[in-house]
Amino acid sequence: MFDYLRYIRQENFPHIWCSGCGDGIVLKAFIRAIEKLGLSQDETVLVSGIGCSSRTPGYVDINTLHTTHGRALAFATGVKVANPDLKVVVVTGDGDATAIGGNHFIHAARRNIDLTVLLYNNYIYGMTGGQCSPTTPRGANASTAQHGNLEPPFNISGLAIAAGASFVARGDAYNVKKLEGLIEKALQRKGFSLVEVVSPCPTAFGRRNKMASPVKMMEHLRDSVVSVEKWEKMTEEERKGKFRTGILRDVERPEFTAEYAKLIERMKPEE
Amino acid sequence: MSTERSGRVRMMQGNQACAEGAIAAGCRFFAGYPITPSSEIAESLSVILPRLGGKFIQMEDEIASMGAIIGASLTGLKTMTATSGPGFSLKQENIGYASMAEVPCVIVNVMRGGPSTGMPTLPAQMDVQQARWGSHGDRGVIALTAKSAQETYEQTIRAFNLAEKYMTPVILLLDEITGHTTERVIIPEASELEIIDRKRPQEDPSDYLPYRMTDECIPVLAPFGTGYRYNVTGLCHKETGFPTNDSKEIECLVERLSRKIEMYEDDIIRCNEIMLDDAKIGVFAYGSVARTAKEAVRMCREEGIKVGLLEPTVLWPFPEKAVLAMAKKVKAIVVPELNLGQMAREVSLASQCRVPVHKLSRVDGNPIPPSQLADRIREVV
Repeated sequence: MFDYLRYIRQENFPHIWCSGCGDGIVLKAFIRAIEKLGLSQDETVLVSGIGCSSRTPGYVDINTLHTTHGRALAFATGVKVANPDLKVVVVTGDGDATAIGGNHFIHAARRNIDLTVLLYNNYIYGMTGGQCSPTTPRGANASTAQHGNLEPPFNISGLAIAAGASFVARGDAYNVKKLEGLIEKALQRKGFSLVEVVSPCPTAFGRRNKMASPVKMMEHLRDSVVSVEKWEKMTEEERKGKFRTGILRDVERPEFTAEYAKLIERMKPEE
Repeated sequence: MSTERSGRVRMMQGNQACAEGAIAAGCRFFAGYPITPSSEIAESLSVILPRLGGKFIQMEDEIASMGAIIGASLTGLKTMTATSGPGFSLKQENIGYASMAEVPCVIVNVMRGGPSTGMPTLPAQMDVQQARWGSHGDRGVIALTAKSAQETYEQTIRAFNLAEKYMTPVILLLDEITGHTTERVIIPEASELEIIDRKRPQEDPSDYLPYRMTDECIPVLAPFGTGYRYNVTGLCHKETGFPTNDSKEIECLVERLSRKIEMYEDDIIRCNEIMLDDAKIGVFAYGSVARTAKEAVRMCREEGIKVGLLEPTVLWPFPEKAVLAMAKKVKAIVVPELNLGQMAREVSLASQCRVPVHKLSRVDGNPIPPSQLADRIREVV
């Protein structure tokens, strides 16, 4: 049995998320992962930007920092470089991390700084009322794309891999046990570790795209997910409308704060 | 230059003096982005900080640099960034965040000409109002200035002290002339410096309220990782640090963010007064222009013109009392500035229309020579 209450700020409930939102599912998976790993509440920092997912820190009893739109990774970089002993986790969304905060996202990955990033991808700006985001599928409807979205979406995990992140995984809010395992692995890796979590937003995305009910969105998620192992054996035709989940990259690369520690060592005056 | 100072004598430019002052103040984290004419501050600190076990990081942009120094400050380190006009514009949202979340840090702006990309290598003083009002929302602001490498060293230390004391971002406004002029700086012994460190909470973590309302109006924020778990946000928040929609709590916070600077104005504001006692004409000048003004005052005094100089080293909060006192004594005030009169407006307001306020503006990328200001003073007489 997990002791959720130990990690929850009960005084801040009820939470702000709509029914059918995936954010609470990710929150639970995250709490299970930190409990399993025995991370110290005092020595863990949760940093977020702006948006629905970025309200997560208010509910978790660790050091929490709710920053400006898109800038969570910049603030988190400051925290981590200043005190590398802290475990620093970033919660962000598709708009926060890959539109307004896109520059910080690719550079934190390039630097391979030891941050674990939980990026909730719900294809939409939920908090501001359903405007299209960098991951809104082409042709989907949004409040600022009422004639259908003209733009192609980002592949967020692909972007992180190309930029240099040493651990990249994709999970989803339907396959919760798998998601929990991915978060646990990401938290254990030294370097920029991303878990992209595909998460439903029935209120802002589903209602405009024939999936108004939470159940319908969950079913869609269930039917779209394919494991990385299975994905390899599928034809291009079979992959249409599906996406893969699992570990997409897991390599060792020099990590920024470790390299900086070596620099300090090198600069020490000789005895 | 004062002759009272004692210490090691070195030749350095203002930007280098800023870096040295930061180190002396205890700065151990710098994040920045290349921009003329401030880059030497970052370059100097990239050399010095790792030697002291401190952290230097060149971020991907100006916004990230500002975010990084706020994050780093929350772990308890003294932090700084440096930039110039366009970068200062980009940092504004996060500067407002630092005001709202009450996170101490120092932002150096080596001013160049604007608007926009403007004049990257030429001096100006066009950001003095931006320093006060650049970020959205009402909040108190502390902004210092300096006219020489020596004063830059000292004012950088003061910027850190005020940030730590009042738990707020502090802006240091230099200009291209001050930043790039190499001159003598006397570095005092560390033991002679007054260094202020932010308060640490004394209570048990279970009793801790990061934004507790006290008569002092200044919060005590524990560094992350020291057992005090709390929330920091740019949203209107209550004493616990969690967001609130309660109108009483919102009003308390927003009023306090201005009051906590206003109530300490006497401690924060500093002005130098030169030959003001018997003056009939008052000059109000700051930054590198104050050096021009001192020479122009000397020239006019030689001709028998009774002119004096009020030179604030703190621009925000604005030295209203000192300006009003001067306005009560003189017949006219002259405000030379490398902008179209940004501070002349403030001087007019503070002098309560008692005397005419004459501008001397220069925005062509050149400094104001003493002769030009002396001519203006003679016209006013």
